[in-house]
Amino acid sequence: MSISLFYIIAFLSIIFSLLVIFSKNPIHSVLYLIVTFFTFTIHYILLNAQFLAIVNFIVYMGAIMVLFLFVLMLLNLNEDSEKSKSILIKVAGIIAGMCLVITLVASLKTLDASEPVILKTANLGLVKNLGKVLFKEFLFPFEVSSLLLFSAMVGAVLLAKKEIKSA
Amino acid sequence: MELAFVIEKFVLITVIFSLSLVVAMYSTLAERKIAAFLQDRVGPNRAGWGGMFQPIADGAKLFFKEEIIPTDSSRFLFIVGPSLAILTACIGSAVIPWGQPMLIAGREINLQVTDINVGILYVFGIVSLGVYGIMIGGWASNNKFSLMGAIRAASQNISYEIPMGLSLIALLLVTNTLSLKEITEQQHGWHWNVLYQPLGFILFLVCSFAETNRTPFDLPECETELVGGYHTEYSSMKMGFYLFAEYINMFISSAVMTVLYFGGYNYPGMDLVNNILGPTWGPLIGVAVMFIKIFMFIFFFMWVRWTVPRFRYDQLMNLGWKILIPLAIANIVITGVWLTYVVK
Amino acid sequence: MESLSNRKKVLEQKPMNFWERLYLPAIAQGMGITFRHMFKKKETVFYPEVEREFSENWRGMHSLKRDEQGRERCTACGLCALSCPAEAITMIAAERQKGEENLYREEKYAAVYEINMLRCIFCGLCEEACPKEAIYLDGPIVPADYLRKDFIYGKDKLVEEPLKAQ
Repeated sequence: MSISLFYIIAFLSIIFSLLVIFSKNPIHSVLYLIVTFFTFTIHYILLNAQFLAIVNFIVYMGAIMVLFLFVLMLLNLNEDSEKSKSILIKVAGIIAGMCLVITLVASLKTLDASEPVILKTANLGLVKNLGKVLFKEFLFPFEVSSLLLFSAMVGAVLLAKKEIKSA
Repeated sequence: MELAFVIEKFVLITVIFSLSLVVAMYSTLAERKIAAFLQDRVGPNRAGWGGMFQPIADGAKLFFKEEIIPTDSSRFLFIVGPSLAILTACIGSAVIPWGQPMLIAGREINLQVTDINVGILYVFGIVSLGVYGIMIGGWASNNKFSLMGAIRAASQNISYEIPMGLSLIALLLVTNTLSLKEITEQQHGWHWNVLYQPLGFILFLVCSFAETNRTPFDLPECETELVGGYHTEYSSMKMGFYLFAEYINMFISSAVMTVLYFGGYNYPGMDLVNNILGPTWGPLIGVAVMFIKIFMFIFFFMWVRWTVPRFRYDQLMNLGWKILIPLAIANIVITGVWLTYVVK
Repeated sequence: MESLSNRKKVLEQKPMNFWERLYLPAIAQGMGITFRHMFKKKETVFYPEVEREFSENWRGMHSLKRDEQGRERCTACGLCALSCPAEAITMIAAERQKGEENLYREEKYAAVYEINMLRCIFCGLCEEACPKEAIYLDGPIVPADYLRKDFIYGKDKLVEEPLKAQ
């Protein structure tokens, strides 16, 4: 049952991620992205990672995507207002996409085939275990990543704050 | 999965679901009645005794009104908006423990649909999802006022989720668990969390006012500035869904506050009562106590609505970011210091 | 500027102290006030069952009066229609026939007398203009209705009940 459910959800997430790219209206695109994140949440639940699932739910679906939607609604982008890109940009885009594909394929090749549904430690995703792992084994990377977020926040504040001319 | 378990859960879900709908229905009446009482009036009193059938009359009216979908709206999303609003409002009740396990016909029945390991976060996630209904509906209406309402709702919800989460963190430091069932069990008797987290409770209360879009934080539907806010273009039962979702949200957030800070079904002297009444009727008293607390909160919501005027938008943002968030962080620090050095 | 009357009061605006800036005490105070109002006497008048007393100079629906013998006072002179600023009154006059003396007081009477209640502004000028004391605005509130035509009140609605035969 779990396996077939996984395949259904995986199929759905691929469909919706494709719709994100192919829908003309940016708002629809964001809404599809939200649905995609929802399918990811279900994936996490299937992996018994309740905490990750709910955090994905809160942070990505509940906060970040709301901001995306917020900005897009303010911008009021339409299908017609989008200018056709120049060939140079298109070529650059193709090259960048290809680079990403190569990286992904290469990294997948180096990995061994994993057993997707059977976890070695089934309760790894529960809050207590995850907290212990994060704050014991991976304490340093965890704190460094928080520093990264902090620097991003400072940068955002700097960009947003208008310079007050002393005139 | 045995059959009895499925039936038990099915009955429980049905009961909770219909109960929250009935409570929401009568909240609309209560709102009007309380508004009237606070303003020296009587309120609706024609439909049935004391206006008992007023919600039904209102519902029937909404059902029979003409359904208007604006021509330039995006049709699908216009319908999705209110559906999403009421869906997110309804599924929040799944993790709330309504009472102690009850013994019915020799079978222990858990009065909680599911006790997931991350109960609080689930409620939090549902609350954060609730804004989508408003945003999608407001955007799909293709109306400037609706859009303004939607944008206000989004920024308000995002801003107030942060102090809400931070005040929850301080609470979690005290409880050491995310499961709502365990949190309730810890507050046995009179050991309610509000006694340990008074500041956290006030912050949570203010934030839940903002999250449920109730006055003084009802800027998304601020009728003096935005006609009707996000539901300007809505009519008929789609409008009814939005209004209904607001009342269900109020009920659920009252329940959450009761569970988190006011001991849920716990009350002083509950052991004695349980011993006297036995394991079948004892928990029922607990459920009644829980509902009394919830109704007190709902009354408080309405009482505030008819007392405090609406905030201005910049005041709202100032309150959220410059006052509530620093207070919530201070609350975490104080709680942490207290737990580390005083309680040990 | 110098105040001429010397009655100007200058309000002193002190900066708010800590408690005032906290707002919570003020909100609690306001909540107290509203809560007290819950137990005050309700001002509501239950309208269709209970009617509030009208003032003495209240002007409501018109009535066409009868004299002591139960005859219609109106003589269809048209002064009320003339005085009406809203042009709400119309009438068709007719001559009194033999044998109708117990119905109409004057030799001329109004066969049709219509007031458009949607136009009427209840100013009472018709009342003042009437030389025969035939029209008074002493009725109740004009009730609501569904159709415009139902607001044109004829003699059937305006004329007073005939005197009871004694």
